Amino acid sequence: MAASSTSAVKARPPGRAQSFQQRLRAGDDLTYAVTFAAALSILVVTALLVYELYVHSALSRHKFGWSFLVTRTWDPVAEQFGALPFIYGTVVTSAIALLIGIPLGVGAAIFLAEMAPPGISSGLTFLIELLAAVPSVIFGLLGVFVLIPILRKLEDPIRSVLGWTPLFQGPFYGVSMLAAGVVLSLMIIPFIISISREVILAVPNDQREAALALGATRWESTWRVVVPYAYKGITGSIFLSLARALGETMAVTMVIGNDPRINASLFAPGYSIAAIIANEFAEAPGEMYTSALIELGLVLFALTIVINGAARILVASTTEKGGS
Amino acid sequence: MTRNIIRVTLAVTLLAGGAAGQQILINGAGATFPYPMYSKWFDSYHKKFKNLDFNYQSIGSSGGIKQVTEGTVDFGASDGPMSDEQLKQFRDKRGCGVLHFPTVLGADVPTYNVPGVTGQLNFTGEALVGIFFGKITKWNDPELVKANPGVTLPANNILVVHRSEGSGTTYVWVDYLAKISPEWKQKVGVAGSVNWPVGVGGKGNEGVSGQIKQTPNSIGYVELIYAVQNKMTYGKVKNLAGVFVNADLASVTAAAAKASKTMPDDFRVSITNADGKDVYPISSFTWLLIPEKIADATKKKAITDFLKWMLTDGQGETEALDYAKLPKPVVDKELKAIAKIQ
Repeated sequence: MAASSTSAVKARPPGRAQSFQQRLRAGDDLTYAVTFAAALSILVVTALLVYELYVHSALSRHKFGWSFLVTRTWDPVAEQFGALPFIYGTVVTSAIALLIGIPLGVGAAIFLAEMAPPGISSGLTFLIELLAAVPSVIFGLLGVFVLIPILRKLEDPIRSVLGWTPLFQGPFYGVSMLAAGVVLSLMIIPFIISISREVILAVPNDQREAALALGATRWESTWRVVVPYAYKGITGSIFLSLARALGETMAVTMVIGNDPRINASLFAPGYSIAAIIANEFAEAPGEMYTSALIELGLVLFALTIVINGAARILVASTTEKGGS
Repeated sequence: MTRNIIRVTLAVTLLAGGAAGQQILINGAGATFPYPMYSKWFDSYHKKFKNLDFNYQSIGSSGGIKQVTEGTVDFGASDGPMSDEQLKQFRDKRGCGVLHFPTVLGADVPTYNVPGVTGQLNFTGEALVGIFFGKITKWNDPELVKANPGVTLPANNILVVHRSEGSGTTYVWVDYLAKISPEWKQKVGVAGSVNWPVGVGGKGNEGVSGQIKQTPNSIGYVELIYAVQNKMTYGKVKNLAGVFVNADLASVTAAAAKASKTMPDDFRVSITNADGKDVYPISSFTWLLIPEKIADATKKKAITDFLKWMLTDGQGETEALDYAKLPKPVVDKELKAIAKIQ
């Protein structure tokens, strides 16, 4: 690239214009270098992160090996550590969050972008963007003081409808994986809405007009044409919110109950990876304990990559089949 | 006018700069429980000696032990004594020993939310062990009914609430449970965070008490000062002499007084379940951790002077902040131990 630019410059007659041209080219090269460095720094930071987590978890990795991932015990006194209850809690709460968050978030985004009168749309969008900026500890407080009392009232109706499944068995104390999942869904919905709304708005109007011209109703044009067109962006917003749900710490630890046991019931308390790291890291005596917590960080990192990767593959395969 | 302002500013800056030359900064880190007391002490002491500044970071007991071992701070602070292994680590790293200086006393109290019960409940050590082991599961368990004559306890399931993060408060609580029950000592053990047999975790004293307030039929433990300052109802605990004792400044100091007769020279002692009829059994010292050798002579003098002041005048400031002060024999023993700092 540099070679071709110099030859192009040589072909021009000498003079002020040429030096201006040269300076422009130099500017191009400079911006290329700067943006490249910016992009590279992300790779470097990620690599450093993995390296640090890997190195500092050496003690725990050597002692427990792969069994770390499938062990249920977390006993700081006996220095027996396993990640399974935390992986379980992280995955289950994030799944609940997506289950609630996707239909509500995408539905609201479609309404705001396609259906709502402009006044309402801009007002609501402003509110949603505000919601996305609320710190997670506020969501945690909301969970403790508002959501959990509501869930307690809903306990009996839920039991009467779904009580036969293993998911809603046992006593309900308020703090639970269900509460954590619902709080997480509240946190990710604003993300899904605001990003999905943007990508739906970015769909060219020709698409809508073409569909309408072919006799489609407003809803048909939205659902059959606009949403498929924006499909990639919408799934992108879901990935982003999934990443947030997997890594959310403060709000989760306030409502999940912080109990490292695996329980099929969503009414039971649980624990997530991010929550236990935040809770125990500062007061973890001993190298092995610290090392096990750092390995949990590594596990969370890997979990995020695996789940995101799996989701991407899933999306890629469905889009191919759909032929869009 | 402006010229005057400039002159004054200049003079002030010069003065401040001049004073800063002899300014001594002493860094410490550790336990959160005594933090309000320490910051009051450091503030009072700074008012007496303007050139002395203390910077204390309340990062938690384990963090305090870590940092003083690494030598990143001049002193550490902890709610639990350092283990033999930690002492060895310190010696290996720093080439000298570390001294424990008890500063004030604290206590853990059981706090609960039982519908229909408003007064103070009585708890035996066995009842607390049973509840935290998950063996006593109902509020109307015979062990609880027997200890609380005249109180109607409901037949509801008990929810145990413990601390979710490692903490000195937890250390004291499980240290007591382990003294009551050999089975607890063997199966669960004693540490700042343990593998709880039952219950849910709340973050900090406020997390535990919030959880209890919100959940009927729950029980947990909080630091006494936290309970007093938030006007919470807490239970009496039966001591070794068979008396149900309310936790307060007097009964906590009494726990230390009994133990001070058998106080080891390194002050690493647990005073839970201490003997005596007016003793509150879930009490504990909190310690400053000071290296035996302090190379910097001015720092050494500042620290030893501060310790002397803390043990004499400083003890007079404790009760205003609801901390129980050290008994006289412990103070005397500590004053002698200061000479070990070289």
